[in-house]
Amino acid sequence: MTQIFAYVPFNNGQAEDVALEFPEAAKKIDASATLTAIVTGSGADLDSVAGEMSKIYGQVIKVDNEALAYPNAEVVRKALVNIVPEGSIVLVPHTTFGMDIAPGLSVKMDAAYAADIIDFQGAEGTTLKMIRQELGGAVSTHVTADISAGAVITVRPGAFAPVDGGSAGGTITDKSGDAGDLSSKRQFLEVVAAEIGDVDITKSDVLVSIGRGIEDEENIEVAQELAEAMNAVVSCSRPIVDAKWLEKSRQVGTSGQTVKPKVYMAMGISGSFQHLGGVKGNPFIVAVNKNPKAPIFQVADVGIVEDILEFMPELTEAISDL
Amino acid sequence: MEILVCVKRVPDTAENEFELNGAGNDLDRDDLVYSVNEWDNYAVEEAIQMVDNVGGSVTVVTVGDDESEEVLRREMAMGANNGVLLSDDAFEGSDGNGIASILKAEIEKGNYDLILTGAQADEGAGQVGGMVAAMLDYPYASLVNKIDIIDDKKINVGREIEGGNQEMNELQLPCVLSIQTGINEPRYVGIRGIRKVAKVDIPVKGSADLGLDADSVGAAGAKTRRVDYFVPDMGEGAEMLEGSTDEIIGKLIEKLKAKGGL
Repeated sequence: MTQIFAYVPFNNGQAEDVALEFPEAAKKIDASATLTAIVTGSGADLDSVAGEMSKIYGQVIKVDNEALAYPNAEVVRKALVNIVPEGSIVLVPHTTFGMDIAPGLSVKMDAAYAADIIDFQGAEGTTLKMIRQELGGAVSTHVTADISAGAVITVRPGAFAPVDGGSAGGTITDKSGDAGDLSSKRQFLEVVAAEIGDVDITKSDVLVSIGRGIEDEENIEVAQELAEAMNAVVSCSRPIVDAKWLEKSRQVGTSGQTVKPKVYMAMGISGSFQHLGGVKGNPFIVAVNKNPKAPIFQVADVGIVEDILEFMPELTEAISDL
Repeated sequence: MEILVCVKRVPDTAENEFELNGAGNDLDRDDLVYSVNEWDNYAVEEAIQMVDNVGGSVTVVTVGDDESEEVLRREMAMGANNGVLLSDDAFEGSDGNGIASILKAEIEKGNYDLILTGAQADEGAGQVGGMVAAMLDYPYASLVNKIDIIDDKKINVGREIEGGNQEMNELQLPCVLSIQTGINEPRYVGIRGIRKVAKVDIPVKGSADLGLDADSVGAAGAKTRRVDYFVPDMGEGAEMLEGSTDEIIGKLIEKLKAKGGL
């Protein structure tokens, strides 16, 4: 009997949304498997999340320890290795925490590892079939994992349909005593909050968002002129911030700001899931990209295959003439 | 500080439009442009800057075939002192765990204080650094966007976490870090820089040199395998606007008016 454990991270007593998505992922791995949520932390927040999880999962394991008060991946990993039975499948979200904990966990469990899975196609014997993407989402791949000795799998948040939850009536088991030695050669110090920039892109109804297609720092002016004509604000994808062409506070994405505009003009943005993870509220997305195969065209409402450096000035002029 | 940076030769996502081959199961690799994984340049730059500040040396290592030597030379042109190529037919088909096992064997032959990798590469798994650390029982931090050397026993590192926030941690050395883009501005490498290191000897090591059991790496040791590449059916996708630029702009303006964009 396959046992699947879903590690549910939470912030301020609130489980991450992926908690509702793990059950669908687990069902696609093996509908007959037992699914158990694991929550680790300390104090009232942990108890409240464990309670919430018992409405979604049939079994919940909680591990309460002062050393787990902040989810230091190295410490959580030690606890999981001691608590999860050999040969199990462990699901972790593919987030900055998941990327921190999961590869090492697979080594310590001597289990297979699969990262950023967007779909499962069931198991044949001990071979689990999965789908993931490579090259920034440009191509998809079928992958298999030998799960005879278990597996650690990070699943992409948002890739699996959320369950309703609410009535599982699950049991909560306190395994705090089984966590073992939680000493670590890595100590958490503090979280430094993101700097607030000159403009708040989260407040704008219309964003002119630029990516690699802008090619050069000097060309940002072209986007600013379009934004002015549209009474919009310029935002951007990660490479623009990495190049130090715009402030971090203008970056849209999971590692930047989450925005909910009415209209999102994706200019020369390929559309990685990390970027799209920051675009919420179902805006009207206009994508302009000279690569007709850019993944952004799969999520945009309107697509235009053009070079933004030629297209944006013409659009600006046309709007100014209205 | 003795620093090892693990790098990889990958298809360049900025330079290629990816297409499947005739059989429809792999990328059409005939005309692919390869380069060093973007994240690795940031890792090498960070290593060079640390050594500039506190002394020591930077070694770059990769697991790959003969063609991977060019990425080692590129990173040496940036300023890395040494390069090592880990290459063996037995390494082919390795999964992340296999690559980590090969790197671990090389790391154990040296005396490194710090091991750096890019936060992720072409496959987007971001797995090798964390696996190497666990195999060596070194502490690990991923997605690092800041490093402060405290003394020869410990460093403080910032991790990029959700929402643009930064998680600060203190790690004991030796440790493994995966480096996120944006931590620095990698220096430009010109033709002259490449020429300077064109003749530097880069040792090549195989499984026997590393004392590896050939069955533990390569396809034989892989628990995770890529079966094929495919292009998913994404449904309708965007409504593509076509015609002359003027016509496209006309249609777009109408839509933007309707959706509150103008």
